[in-house]
Amino acid sequence: MQLEQQLRDSLEKKEILLMTHIVLGYPSFEVNREVIRQMVENGVDCIEMQIPFSEPMADGPVIVKANQEALENGTKVTDCLAFAAEMTARYDIPFLFMTYYNIVFKYGEKSFFEKARECGIKGVIVPDLPPAEGESFLRLAAENEIASILIFAPTSTGERMQELASHGKGFIYCVARRGVTGVKSVIGQDVAEYLQRCRKATSLPLAVGFGIQDRDDVKALVGKADMAVIGSQTIRLVDEKGAEAVGPFIAGLR
Amino acid sequence: MDRKGFFGNWGGAYIPEVLYQTFQELNAEFTRCKNDPLFWQEYVELMSTYSCRPTPLTYADNLSRHFGGAQIYIKREDLNHTGAHKANNVMGQGLLVKRMGKKRVIAETGAGQHGLATATMAAKFGFACTIYMGEEDVRRQRPNVFWMEKMGATVVPVTNGSRTLKDAINEAFRDWVTNVDDTHYVFGTVCGPHPFPEMVAWFQSIIGLEAAEQIMKYHGKMPARIFACVGGGSNAMGIFKRFIPEESVELVGVEAGGHGIATGLHATRLSGTDASPGVAQGYKTMFLQDEDGQMKETHSVAAGLDYVGVSPILSDLWEKGRVRFESATDSEVMAALDLTMKKEGIIPALESSHAFVQAFKEAPQLTPADAIIINMSGRGDKDIFTIAHAFNDPSWKDFIIKRGLEYSQNK
Repeated sequence: MQLEQQLRDSLEKKEILLMTHIVLGYPSFEVNREVIRQMVENGVDCIEMQIPFSEPMADGPVIVKANQEALENGTKVTDCLAFAAEMTARYDIPFLFMTYYNIVFKYGEKSFFEKARECGIKGVIVPDLPPAEGESFLRLAAENEIASILIFAPTSTGERMQELASHGKGFIYCVARRGVTGVKSVIGQDVAEYLQRCRKATSLPLAVGFGIQDRDDVKALVGKADMAVIGSQTIRLVDEKGAEAVGPFIAGLR
Repeated sequence: MDRKGFFGNWGGAYIPEVLYQTFQELNAEFTRCKNDPLFWQEYVELMSTYSCRPTPLTYADNLSRHFGGAQIYIKREDLNHTGAHKANNVMGQGLLVKRMGKKRVIAETGAGQHGLATATMAAKFGFACTIYMGEEDVRRQRPNVFWMEKMGATVVPVTNGSRTLKDAINEAFRDWVTNVDDTHYVFGTVCGPHPFPEMVAWFQSIIGLEAAEQIMKYHGKMPARIFACVGGGSNAMGIFKRFIPEESVELVGVEAGGHGIATGLHATRLSGTDASPGVAQGYKTMFLQDEDGQMKETHSVAAGLDYVGVSPILSDLWEKGRVRFESATDSEVMAALDLTMKKEGIIPALESSHAFVQAFKEAPQLTPADAIIINMSGRGDKDIFTIAHAFNDPSWKDFIIKRGLEYSQNK
């Protein structure tokens, strides 16, 4: 099933969806496995799995450190693909890859998408690939029925949002504020107005990420967006309290 | 340039969406500046009153005689204010920042020369200034850190990744996406997303414009070869650009051979075979990376050459065969530096000394009717700690030990 439809079906039953983020190989695939189990069992609707990269330019300190350590642990792209295949076989929710363009470029765009499709991946998020540079990327994703998820930022004009939306599939990832991942965002009037602008530009579901950390943040997004994205916060939680803390945390978000 | 921001197969603007708008504005302003002859005039005026332009082209008669081949000329970018070619780019971008009405500048720095130049420009133009510098480079380039701080800049040591130039670039980008509204990122070299490669090459092209005039005046014809060290590639592009259409002039870029290419401890992207095409830090070029696309550790005695990528413009010129690339090892660099000091009383930076190494290898193959130009991108005084350490200089060591004792006793 296509990603957008899958999310729309879930939206029939829930007022807001939850997407979570993990960095593959951090702290280990073993822990990734347990964290994902806890996430899925506690109702997460979608999971983005980050294939680590040595230069994660758009990420903040928590995810940067996770990328670095995953690589120091010897995490390879092929390990990430195998792990993805295992997760998509085990759970029904959609799984996405998040990574930086060099990982896809170096693997070969065509091979990457064919392989990702084979692994049951539903979408990809690549923050450093604007559509202008991603012609073949967007085409190959579409050919393999993988959604290219594009990103809106508060600095995007209405015109730019429409242009992005015309290339986007699955949903739009709305970055809640300027900056990198992991810094708390306040869901105030600005964000509300920004999300109204996003809504006007596209009929695709809207996900909101960057600094969404607790139940209040998620609640504040109800009615304004379709999906809340929890990124650095669960990584922080696993660092501090271990994988078993993830389940109760997720359960308490809605 | 073919497709927008591409030089052949290389370049582009692989940027996060949050920067899209600011790049639109930057491109528009840069285009206005390029098309405005008064802007270039203002720039040259500033560089001749605040810095030391035109910088001299020095005839190295002792070195020329020593090698008995080509006449060796040295383009003295070390005589710029702040001691390196970096000032050319920074002052140009400073004028651009004033026009864009931004109030804060940030920069990455490797050797510290670009950071120092940016801190200087910020002090002069009244901008707030933050410099990102790999922790490893902070350690290597302490004097530059001292001066940056003295000029009012905040120097942030970067502890991610390999703690060198590429990590400082990532960190500067993270600052930029956070503070994009009032901040301009003064990119230090001819790399990064479009329009930086083109813009930095444009400002640096002043080097070659002067050198062409000077060599015609002193030598009466174009040089046979031009040598420049290549980290990101800004001093090389600066001197090469004017000479690219001069087909008789051979252009030679010299990369950091570190401990030798075979050891893996180097930063040769275009002269070796270890690099492959990739996309990182906003642009497509030849990167030193593994089969998964993860960037490798690089090594050079010269912090300014210790970088995984290289200018997309140079990758294009390499691919088209217009620029030849060579490398110099750390130990060859020390020998060339030593000889240049002894013969000419000139102290090239460790980075620049790479160009001297290759020029010295090739000078004897040419005749006295030929001239070669070495682009001396910066001065070596900043490297006093590294150079003294590499020479294992006993009196310097003694001085440091005594000064250290003095400080620890007076704590």
